[in-house]
Amino acid sequence: MRSYEKYFRMNRLPHIWCPGCGNGIVMKSIAKAAEQLGLDQDNTVIVSGIGCSSRASGYMNFDTLHTAHGRAIPFATGIKLANPKLKVIVITGDGDCTAIGGNHFIHGARRNIDLTVILFNNNIYGMTGGQASPLTPTGKKATTAPFGSVDTAFDPCELAKAAGASYIARGTAFHAKPLVELIAQGISNNGFSLVEAITQCPISYGRRNKMGDAAGMLKWMSENAVPLAAYEKLAEDQKDEKFPIGILYQKTAPEYSAEYAKVIKLAQEGK
Amino acid sequence: MSQARLMQGNEACAEGAMAAGVNFFGGYPITPSTEIAEIMAKELPALGGTFIQMEDEIAGIAVVLGAALGGRKALTATSGPGFSLKQELIGYGCIAEIPLVIANVQRMGPATGQPTSPAQGDVMQARWGTHGDHPMIALSPWTVREAFDVAVMAVNYAERFRTPVIILLDEVVGHMREKVVLPKAEDIEIYPRRKPNCTKEEGYKPYTPMADLVPNPADFGTGHRIHVTGLVHDETGFPTGSSKITENTIKRLHEKISRVQDEITHYDEFFMEDAEYAVLAYGGTARTAYAAVKIARQQGIKVGMVRLMTIWPFADKVVKEVAQKVKKILVPEMNYGQLVLEVERAAAGQATVISLPKYNTEIFTPKEICTAIEELTAEVVK
Ligand SMILES: Cc1ncc(C[n+]2csc(CCOP(=O)(O)OP(=O)(O)O)c2C)c(N)n1
Ligand code: SF4
Repeated sequence: MRSYEKYFRMNRLPHIWCPGCGNGIVMKSIAKAAEQLGLDQDNTVIVSGIGCSSRASGYMNFDTLHTAHGRAIPFATGIKLANPKLKVIVITGDGDCTAIGGNHFIHGARRNIDLTVILFNNNIYGMTGGQASPLTPTGKKATTAPFGSVDTAFDPCELAKAAGASYIARGTAFHAKPLVELIAQGISNNGFSLVEAITQCPISYGRRNKMGDAAGMLKWMSENAVPLAAYEKLAEDQKDEKFPIGILYQKTAPEYSAEYAKVIKLAQEGK
Repeated sequence: MSQARLMQGNEACAEGAMAAGVNFFGGYPITPSTEIAEIMAKELPALGGTFIQMEDEIAGIAVVLGAALGGRKALTATSGPGFSLKQELIGYGCIAEIPLVIANVQRMGPATGQPTSPAQGDVMQARWGTHGDHPMIALSPWTVREAFDVAVMAVNYAERFRTPVIILLDEVVGHMREKVVLPKAEDIEIYPRRKPNCTKEEGYKPYTPMADLVPNPADFGTGHRIHVTGLVHDETGFPTGSSKITENTIKRLHEKISRVQDEITHYDEFFMEDAEYAVLAYGGTARTAYAAVKIARQQGIKVGMVRLMTIWPFADKVVKEVAQKVKKILVPEMNYGQLVLEVERAAAGQATVISLPKYNTEIFTPKEICTAIEELTAEVVK
C-alpha cells in the first residue's frame, strides 16, 4: 500500500469516473497534500457538492459529506462554525461552484472563513452530459451551446480575490506535483482558500471541442499553463489561450470562526 | 425564569429553542420571522452558541444542516418565500436524517404577497413542499406560551427522529404579546443527540436503524469517519442503486414517524362532550374560533371545538372520532382552504365538513365564525 492510500477508502474504489478523466489526478493530489501535512483523518471533513468531481468525497477516508448541487460551501461553513477545530475541505465542480453555488462562493470568500475549496475545473457540466458552465470559454461548444458559447466565462480566481479570499492558487492535472504543493499550502492557510485545478473531461468537453483524448488535453495544459511570473511578462498578443498557474494571491486577514470566537468571549464577559 | 413576562410569540419561540439546547442559528431575515434571528444573534454568543446571517435562505438551511452534522442543535427561521427556497434542503435533511428545526412564520402569498399580513397559507407547503416522498412533522402554536413549548418539542422531535421539524407559526401568534410564565429550566425535558451504539472496530454502520427505526449517525469529528449523502444510501451511508434498499429506505423514513403518529398528535378539545357541531382550528385562528364557540354555547348551540397543535402528521384518528360524533365540522383557516381537505379526508363522509376560508389580510372576527356556526345549525340536515 502506498503511503497516501490511507487517505482513501480503498473498499470504495475503483471510482466511477470515465477512463482518462482528470478527477482522479486531482483527488490523488488532495490525498498527497493531506499526507504531506499529516492531516488528522478524524478531525478533517471533506464536503462536496454535486457533479462528477463532487463524487470524490465518498472515496476519501475522513468524515465526508456529499451535499446538494451548489451548496457545499454553506454546509462546510456550518461544520466549521459548529466545531472550529475541524479542518474543512470543499470539493466542487465549475458549475457547482460558480453557477448554482456562485453566491455561496463569493460569500464564503467574503467571510474569509477557514475552508479550502478545491475547484475541479473541467470547463463543462460533466455529470449531466456536457452542458455549458460559467467557466466554459466563449466560443467553446457544449450540448447547450452547439454553436459555441456566447457567454463570457468567469475567472474564478479573480472573483475569489475580489470577494475577499486570502489564498488563491491555480494548478492543472498535468502539473500534478506542483498541484499537491498548492493544495497543501491552501489547507495550511488560515482563511478562505481557493485552489482551481484545471482538469480534463475528455468525454463531455475535449471530444466536442476537438482537443483530442485525455493525453491531448493534458498536452494542451502543458502548453498553455504558465507560471505566474512568466505569464505576467507575456505580451498581450502572446497570451491567447494561456493562463497563469501557481499561487496567484495571498494575504493575511481575520478569519471568520476566530472572529466569532471573539464575539462569544465578548458576550460572555459582558454577562 | 418562573416570573411572569410580557413576551412576543417569536420571542417565545426563540427562547424555547434555546431552552431545548439550540446553540446554532443560521438564516436570512424576512418579515414576520425576523425577531427570531435578532434574538438569536443577541442571545446565542453568551451561551457559547453561534449565530450567522447567511447570504440567502438556501445558505441559511445549508449552514444549519452542516452545523447539525458538526454536533450542534440548530434552528433556522423564515417566512413563505424563504421557506420555498429551503425546500430542496429540507428534503436533504429528511433523507440524510439530520436533526433540524425550521420556524416558518407564515405571511400572505403567493410570492411577496402581503408581507406583514397574517395567513396560514403554507400548511400544504409544509407537508408537500419538497420533491419526493418523506414524512413531515409540523407543529402550530396558538398562544405565546405554547410557542415556547412547541419550540422545545420541535427540537426534541428533531433529535429523537433525526428529521427536520417545522414550527408553523402565523403572524398573529408570532407578533402577539402575552403575559407568560415560562417553565423552569430543570422542568424542561431535553432529548439528547443520539450517539453511535458501537465502535468503528465493532463494525459501526451509521445508518443502521435502531428499534425505533431511527439510525444513529455519529457527529463529524468524533472519529467514525462516516459518509453522509442526499443520495439513497444503505446502512453504511454510501449510495446504492438497489431498488430494494431504496424501497426499504423510503418506507422506513415514513414508518419511523407514522408508528408514533398518535403519540405526537397534540390537540385540545373544548365543549365536545355533548357537541353536535364542531369547529376545527389551529394557530391564531383557533383563538378567534374559541371565542366564537363560547358565544355560540351561550346561545345554546351544541358546538364544540378541536384545536390542533400537531398539523403534520395529520390527526386522522382525532378527526375520525369527532366526525363520528358530530353532524358538521367547520374549518376556519386564513387561506383559501387547505387543512380542510385533510379534515374531509379523515372524516370520510361521517360528518359534513365545511370550509370557512379567509384570505384578505385580516384575521377572523368572532362574529364571522359565530355566523358560520349559526348557519351550520340552520341548514337542514339530510
Ligand atoms: C438543484 C439541481 N439542479 C441541477 C442538478 C443537476 N446537476 C447535477 S450535476 C450538475 C452539473 C455539474 O457540473 P460541474 O459542477 O461542473 O461538475 P462536473 O460534473 O463537471 O464535475 C447539474 C446541473 C441538480 N442535481 N440539482
Ligand atoms: S463526464 Fe467528464 S468529468 Fe465526468 S467522469 Fe467522465 S470524463 Fe470525468
